[in-house]
Amino acid sequence: MSVGAPRGLASSGQKPIAEILHPLSAAEEPLLVPVNVGGEKEAGLTNGTPVETSSPASASSLFNRLQLDDDLEADVRDLYASTETRDLFVTVDDPKKHVSTMETYITYRVSTKTSRIEFDLPEYCVRRRYQDFDWLRIKLEESQPTHLIPPLPEKFVMKGVVDRFSEEFVETRMKALDKFLKRVADHPVLSFNPHLNAFLSAKDLNKRQGLALLTKVGESVKHVAGGYKLRARPPEFCAMGEYLDTFSQKLGTIDRIAQRILKEQSEYLTELREYGTVYSSWAGSEEELRRPLEGVAGCVATCCRALEDQSENMSQDFLPVLREYILYIESMKNVLRKRDQTQAEYEGRLEAAILRKQEDRTPMPVEVEKCQDKVECFNADLKADWERWQSNKRQDFKQLLTGMADKNINHYEKIHKPRTLCNRDSLFVLTPRQYNNRLIHRSS
Amino acid sequence: MMADSASSEEVAVIGNTDITSVESENNLINTMVERGTALLRKMEINVAEAEKRTGKNTVNMQETYTVYLIEIRPAETVPEGGTPATPDTLWRRYSEFELLRTYLLVTYPYIIIPPLPEKRAEFVWHKLSADNLDPDFVERRRVGLENFLLRVASHPVLSNDKIFFLFLTEEKGWRESVLDTGFQDKVDSRLKSLSAMFRVKNPDKRFTALKQYSDELNTVISQLLRVRAKVADRLYGVYKVHGNYGRVFSEWSAIEKEMGDGLQSAGHHMDTYAASIDDILEEEEHYADQLKEYLFYTEAVRSVCRKHELIQYELEMAALDLAHKKQQKEELVTGTVRVFSLKGMTSKLFGQESQEQRESRLAALEQGIQEGEESLKEKNTECQEFMRTAWEDIERFKEQKDKDLREALISYAIMQISMCKKGIQVWSNAKECFNKM
Repeated sequence: MSVGAPRGLASSGQKPIAEILHPLSAAEEPLLVPVNVGGEKEAGLTNGTPVETSSPASASSLFNRLQLDDDLEADVRDLYASTETRDLFVTVDDPKKHVSTMETYITYRVSTKTSRIEFDLPEYCVRRRYQDFDWLRIKLEESQPTHLIPPLPEKFVMKGVVDRFSEEFVETRMKALDKFLKRVADHPVLSFNPHLNAFLSAKDLNKRQGLALLTKVGESVKHVAGGYKLRARPPEFCAMGEYLDTFSQKLGTIDRIAQRILKEQSEYLTELREYGTVYSSWAGSEEELRRPLEGVAGCVATCCRALEDQSENMSQDFLPVLREYILYIESMKNVLRKRDQTQAEYEGRLEAAILRKQEDRTPMPVEVEKCQDKVECFNADLKADWERWQSNKRQDFKQLLTGMADKNINHYEKIHKPRTLCNRDSLFVLTPRQYNNRLIHRSS
Repeated sequence: MMADSASSEEVAVIGNTDITSVESENNLINTMVERGTALLRKMEINVAEAEKRTGKNTVNMQETYTVYLIEIRPAETVPEGGTPATPDTLWRRYSEFELLRTYLLVTYPYIIIPPLPEKRAEFVWHKLSADNLDPDFVERRRVGLENFLLRVASHPVLSNDKIFFLFLTEEKGWRESVLDTGFQDKVDSRLKSLSAMFRVKNPDKRFTALKQYSDELNTVISQLLRVRAKVADRLYGVYKVHGNYGRVFSEWSAIEKEMGDGLQSAGHHMDTYAASIDDILEEEEHYADQLKEYLFYTEAVRSVCRKHELIQYELEMAALDLAHKKQQKEELVTGTVRVFSLKGMTSKLFGQESQEQRESRLAALEQGIQEGEESLKEKNTECQEFMRTAWEDIERFKEQKDKDLREALISYAIMQISMCKKGIQVWSNAKECFNKM
């Protein structure tokens, strides 16, 4: 079993995550923050106005800022934090293709390391396919309706056009599944869900086994008709909804921009390749100019390679993160909707009870109080998850955008260096010959 | 005019050094360069500005055209601390530049005449206007025209041309003086026999190679310009699309707390990034103009090649004519007819001519041969002279081309480096903002 476990899964659990540079998985550490402070409320979180950095910061944001300031220190703290709070480590890797007479599908290796007593063994290694992840997510949603369940990658990224067995697709999906599972495993509530336990440890996943555990919450929520108008949705949830709407709109735009850039870049690349070829062919018919022309051709080739790298990077690292968040927003909206329904149910019952009370002066029925509790629970869970999500989001986007800037800087550096070389090279040839022609170029 | 008196001295000197082309041909390349820059040493030439004008053309139609202000001032005569002399100025139209060039082309067939900037914008990408009255186009043409004047003024032979000098100094009556040189007659007579070049029997290898090279250069540069325009188009797209990030980031920043400030300023950097491409590509347009000059130069090279072929053809015709006459004479002397000819037939049919007739024909032939030999000799000298002078100029041109293009490539590389630096700068700034989020 331990042989199958990923090599990087050291006991501290810190290293492997730090080593994975993929943005999807790289924003791992920040998840710890809400575990420590996540429960604490920060009311009026999304009041729509940006807060001055100089304003007194909440404990969590101060903590975050401190964490950003010093990577080294952050590492130490993370190590501390992880030993303190993290006892479940999961990894999704090693995709394998299975071909049977009935169907062809991909399985992924799901490795687990844990010290939790809920698990019989400290380590597990199972193979799961996308369907299984889907099952897990549905189960989580059903059994923890008050919580925000991280999104799975889309079933088909683009309507039918995508080759589901292409290396690229499988790789991207694997990363997304890994991200999903890590987010679940790091969640203070979701990680204790028995379905997750089964998913991680069961040799053969019996997808029916979960049915018995199905709570009534999901069903009772469905009973309430959507037509009911809430009396007063608490302002913080209104703000959340508004925030999500705007945010998803912005992310959609960024996604479109990124795709457009990719398209422009690929067209640019096509032209650039031809450009280099022309320089090379020119070099062939020159004597004195051969070297500088070849130099330019070489530089253009370098640019092409750098551009290829950048485009690949963007489509494999940048876009998936955006997509995850677009899906995340959907999950979030879903939870908000369920919360509203719960509140609606409560308000409905309350109203009915008040009416009855006026008639026969009976005390408030227990179920109404239960309902009220449920709403309050829901609100608390949701707020906590929201905090966590906001914090994750901030870290993820910081990482993502910084990464984007880095990639661009890197790109320019790649094409900058050879050009300097080329330039020096030809300058060397030229210097002894720079005479009065300068006069002619004075005009320029 | 005050400036007039200041430059009149120079005028006199330059006017006197109006040496004939034959004289300057005898100089070596090195001295040619020095001699050629003589005019530039004495005189500073600028095309200072352009102006739009409206007037009546030859068919009395209203037309709008652009005139360019040529400034000349004596060079290096400014004393330390003194104010530079007021330049002599005059206005010229593009068509007058064209006339000047045509004149030079006809008068100096053995010289690669510097090209004019394009008549109409070519190899444009979408942001560039193809309109001839577009300010950017006019500005680039102004630079190109100045470059043309400087090229002529620094040319060892062309710089000494009287008409060129008048072009710079006499606004009125210049057109008449050009036409008075009668250069147009030469064009006409030469053009008539242009088709002759296809029949040259022994083309000179060097010229054949040169022609081939200029064809290659023409192909490759036009291809390069075409692709560059597309590359510029795409690069423009990539940068401008990034500009959208600027908008989104700033809109997004409105709904964020901690991330807001970082996003907002990162958005500004994205705006800067998108805007930076305008300058980059504007600068690159200069590189394209440098390439274009050489694209048009290839036509000038081909023109020299064509003229060489024409002379070569004339030489071959003279040789052929001479050979023909010689053969006739031989036939007449020996009485044998080697080739079946009408003459042979007549002599067979009508019997031998009288001795007298033969004698007179022989004499006529001999004179013809002598004339032919002289003309052949003449043509030979002409051809050799042409080859020598043309080759001198070609060598000069090659050197100039290698130097110019190398410089152009280097400045292009420098341009790209500065583009990279700008890119790194902007993205580093953006990164800093993202980092603060």
